[in-house]
Amino acid sequence: MAAVSDDKPAAPPTTNLGTGARYGWWLGLIGHAIPWAIVVLFFYMAGGYLSLGTQVLIWILFALSLDLALGYAGIVTLGQAAFFGIGAYAAGLFAIHVSPDPILGHLAAIAVAALFGLITGAMILHTTGVTFLMLTLAIVSMLFEYANQARSLTGGDDGLQGMTVNPIFGVFEFNIFGETAYVYAAVVLFIWFLISWRIVHSPFGRSLDGIRQNTRRMRAIGTPVWWRLLAVYTLSAAMAGSAGALSAHATRFVGLSVLSLLTSGIVTVMLILGGTRRLYGAFVGAAVYYLVQDETARISPYFWELVVGLMLIATVLFLEGGLLDLGRVGQRLFWRLRRRTDGR
Amino acid sequence: MNAPVALSVRGLCKSFGALVVAQSIDVDLVPGARVGLIGPNGAGKTTFVNLLTGFLHPDAGTISLGGLSIEMMPPEKRVHHGLARTHQINTLLSEFCVRDNVAVAIAEREKFAWRMMRYRPQWRACLEEAQARLTEMGIGHIGDRIVRELPYGQQRLLEIAIALALKPRVLLLDEPAAGVPSAEAHHIHDVLVRLPSDIAILIIEHDMDVIFRFAREIIVLVQGRVLRRAAPAEIAVDPEVRAVYLGRTVI
Ligand SMILES: Nc1ncnc2c1ncn2[C@@H]1O[C@H](COP(=O)(O)OP(=O)(O)O)[C@@H](O)[C@H]1O
Ligand SMILES: [Mg+2]
Repeated sequence: MAAVSDDKPAAPPTTNLGTGARYGWWLGLIGHAIPWAIVVLFFYMAGGYLSLGTQVLIWILFALSLDLALGYAGIVTLGQAAFFGIGAYAAGLFAIHVSPDPILGHLAAIAVAALFGLITGAMILHTTGVTFLMLTLAIVSMLFEYANQARSLTGGDDGLQGMTVNPIFGVFEFNIFGETAYVYAAVVLFIWFLISWRIVHSPFGRSLDGIRQNTRRMRAIGTPVWWRLLAVYTLSAAMAGSAGALSAHATRFVGLSVLSLLTSGIVTVMLILGGTRRLYGAFVGAAVYYLVQDETARISPYFWELVVGLMLIATVLFLEGGLLDLGRVGQRLFWRLRRRTDGR
Repeated sequence: MNAPVALSVRGLCKSFGALVVAQSIDVDLVPGARVGLIGPNGAGKTTFVNLLTGFLHPDAGTISLGGLSIEMMPPEKRVHHGLARTHQINTLLSEFCVRDNVAVAIAEREKFAWRMMRYRPQWRACLEEAQARLTEMGIGHIGDRIVRELPYGQQRLLEIAIALALKPRVLLLDEPAAGVPSAEAHHIHDVLVRLPSDIAILIIEHDMDVIFRFAREIIVLVQGRVLRRAAPAEIAVDPEVRAVYLGRTVI
């Protein structure tokens, strides 16, 4: 996984390597094309489901933010909802009290969430394991209670209402069919995806992967582990805050649930379902989660919870790399079958 | 204090509760030193390395690296000042390939490991250096292999390769051949003999043949206390050393 094609030393290239690498490059391009083609096609084919599609995009971004922290850097957190919720409330409050411009509000929300990530991260990232997990839980719970109590600011459990959001760039209005919101969310997701892609393939990303695998080894080669974790934690917070802002702008509403532990739990389930450390795992996880929810919830809400539970167990037990591994398992089967038929 | 000392330890003390594992240890390593550290199991040899590298904090004592006081520094800072180690139990990035394990260390040494962009030429140079270092150690052919899948002996060599890639002035080797079948261990010993002569090296090793061949000086540690510090020939005939240590392993 770590060995990307350009990791090969420049020194002695074998004759075969060139075509193999080019082939891999094409495969990689197709791998990228499929998810984004679906994002685009969905816009034209969704019909009444477009708002649902926007929600999926937002949750993909949210899960992607968790992938950086949990997947790559191995920061086992259940506090990701704090950043999502802060982003959502910041965007909402900004729209009400400062300016109805969505871009400004979005940037403000990102800044506030990042700052919160930086401060809380600096306070808790020297701990690990269960201690860290408990601290993240405590932070979300405190925020939730605060948002619940501070009715005059947040609307408490009625949620934050009365947002007005101007058209994006003064042109694209957030309409009731949700076209603008969908495209906006897709563009924001794409930008964050590109950023994440660069990060995870950079030396910085590699050092995060190293920290996850063996923190002691990284310290022994001179890695300032705390600073690296703080950097990715802040970045992850900024991304989650961005997702929260999208959610606020798309629905012109912020409910108390954005800060709930359940929200943290759901995004974790999505990421693990789809697969960590792939970036696209977040896409698959969020999409499948919503798809299955939509299908099964019609039968009964309890049935839905049962299905999610079973899916999660099956994934963790049989697909170490999440649902994205289904492709790999299929590929392996295909080659095995092919080799067998070739042999005859 | 103008003697060229690479590493100087004075009065180093450490206890785990009632268990004393370092009792006022004094050690000096000059550049190019080859010092063997021996002692029975539980004598505190690994603890000594952990204290020097900052993974444990001493109760008392000073450590200076090339004249710089390092006892308050975290491990990563000490590495940047030229102190590297290997581990008694493999401590590797087991999901990465062999070359990446070395390359990541070089990236930290060259201080660009935090970069998220504009790193391509450096990273390429880094991979080339990593490959060259592996080849030099005779494991160039396994550069692409995932560490987890390697035999233990090759993982031991990788431990050494990573430490060397940090270009240390002082290198602490904690039982480099531990757990390796004796048929393979000679490969590791060959590497030890060829280590750069300007590095000051402290080696913990149980195989007395190896340590007598490699070290020019031997420190005997017993219950956290330096029992003797002398040339190998003297250690071999020292009655007290034989009584507490050699007598049990060398017949
Ligand atoms: N972190 C620790 N906490 C408590 N006791 C320890 C710790 N590390 C080592 N010890 C104890 O200190 C003693 C010395 O251990 P160690 O330095 O590993 O010995 P050696 O490497 O010489 O075999 C042993 O009795 C060991 O059990
Ligand atoms: Mg030991």
